[in-house]
Amino acid sequence: MVSKIQVQNLRTWYGEKQVHHGISFHVEPNEIFGIIGPAQSGKTTLLRAINRTFEFTAGTRQEGVISVDGEDVKRVRDVYELRRKIGMVAPLPVGLPLSIYDNVAFAPRSAGMRNKGELDELVERCLTQAALWDEVKDRLDSLGTKLSGGQQQRLTIARALSHQPEILCLDEFSIAIDPVTTMRIEDVLKVLKKDMTIILVTNLVQQARRLAARTMFLWNGEIIECDKTEVIFGGKPADKRTHDYVNGIFG
Amino acid sequence: MRAKRPGYAVFAEKGIEWIIRLCGISAIIFVFGIFFFVFREGGPILWEKGTDFRLGDFFTSTDWYPTSMENKRYGILLLIIGTFTVTGLSILIAVPFAIGGAIFLSEFCTGKVKEWLKIIIELLAAIPSIVWGFIGITVINPLIQSWFDVPVGLNVLNASIILALMAMPIMVSIGEDALKAVPDNYREAAVALGATRWQMIFRVLLPAGKNGLLAAVLLGVGRAVGETMGVLMATGHSLNNPYVKLDGSFNPMWMFESCRTLTATIASELGETSVGSPHYRVLFLIGIVLLTITFIINLTADLVVKGIRKQK
Repeated sequence: MVSKIQVQNLRTWYGEKQVHHGISFHVEPNEIFGIIGPAQSGKTTLLRAINRTFEFTAGTRQEGVISVDGEDVKRVRDVYELRRKIGMVAPLPVGLPLSIYDNVAFAPRSAGMRNKGELDELVERCLTQAALWDEVKDRLDSLGTKLSGGQQQRLTIARALSHQPEILCLDEFSIAIDPVTTMRIEDVLKVLKKDMTIILVTNLVQQARRLAARTMFLWNGEIIECDKTEVIFGGKPADKRTHDYVNGIFG
Repeated sequence: MRAKRPGYAVFAEKGIEWIIRLCGISAIIFVFGIFFFVFREGGPILWEKGTDFRLGDFFTSTDWYPTSMENKRYGILLLIIGTFTVTGLSILIAVPFAIGGAIFLSEFCTGKVKEWLKIIIELLAAIPSIVWGFIGITVINPLIQSWFDVPVGLNVLNASIILALMAMPIMVSIGEDALKAVPDNYREAAVALGATRWQMIFRVLLPAGKNGLLAAVLLGVGRAVGETMGVLMATGHSLNNPYVKLDGSFNPMWMFESCRTLTATIASELGETSVGSPHYRVLFLIGIVLLTITFIINLTADLVVKGIRKQK
């Protein structure tokens, strides 16, 4: 079986500062792949390199190959198509300065969807999946930036789902969300797994334990360990640092 | 031993504070001073007896014969029409270029090119208006005559082009600031959703920066309304309603008619009047009208910019 995402010997730099020191791993189709690790370990940069928004930051450099569906992301013909294939949820919610409806309809419209009925249906479905529909269905025309932090976070999840991605990257999606809603979204993720591959970057190690089939422990731009979640959390991981980290006795 | 400042330092502190306070207050004093002196010169015409001035006619009459012997008339309607026509057209010309320039500077331009472009745009703002008028007469005038086959090249279009060029630099630089103030997160979020650069600019960047861009446009309008020398030379300065033909019908070729503006009238006639005469006072009254117009525009721009701050 072909891997959904294959990363080979990835090295990245912000100016002089190196972020990734040659990491290689792969993500299987339709799995939830957890990435854990402390701050500054390169989790977010990794996601940005996959959908090629990393290159927008001035002074960045990248070596190694990232391929999605066997195709090198640096060589894809249509980078917009690639980005639509990947749904990205950023750690700090960014509600675009548009109405709630337009926020969710932004990507399908950019891709050329014009049919009002289709759009309505899509917006409702995405907002429902993100557990936000009930709260906003009466005020879809109000500004997305006026929502509370947690609602904006769910709005970005709805937005990431709006272009029916094959890969969903969640970068600490639950920072601003209460535990109950977090659980609801986690349930949705388990369902979505049937249709898409999910990469879950999280600081809550227990969240990775609950959801991920395999988990990767990233530390200072290097992979300490990448294995089945049961192994990582099973009390006998291969590396002692992993054991310390997941049990909260790190550093 | 603790460090201790000498006793006089306390007084120096107070003194400096007062000097700075005075500098700040002086701005207010100057503005009110200008209003006061202009009104002192122009105001008396409103209540002086024995003049031909009628306040009712002032805004509504097209007759401007301030130097006539028997039949003095002071109606500034044509001048107001001239000012608004030229300003309006110049803004229509300038806005697309200015917003395009602002987008280019903030989104597409980097490094050396950007630095140089900004310097050159600022240089454009530094060209004296009399030089612009000169260009209007010697360069744009013959161009308009030959391209559009019209007898007179000193007209509304000519003045509007010149005003557009003069108002553009300030619009570009303020507009660029407005676009730069849009957080990078918005750009990245839009691009991550598969938007192309243009989709990102038109659907996210411009809506997000629209207040700042509006303020930029309004400042440009303020500049265009108050401009004098360039328009005096380029409009042809003839007392004429560009929208009306001789037979009284609407003139679709209004762009190629000469006209006259409020500012140019003051500049060209004030030197010929005797201090305190009705003509002199009416010109100052026109000054008050101009001050009011620019005051309103600036106030609007200010409120719009405040609106931006509140949003954040």
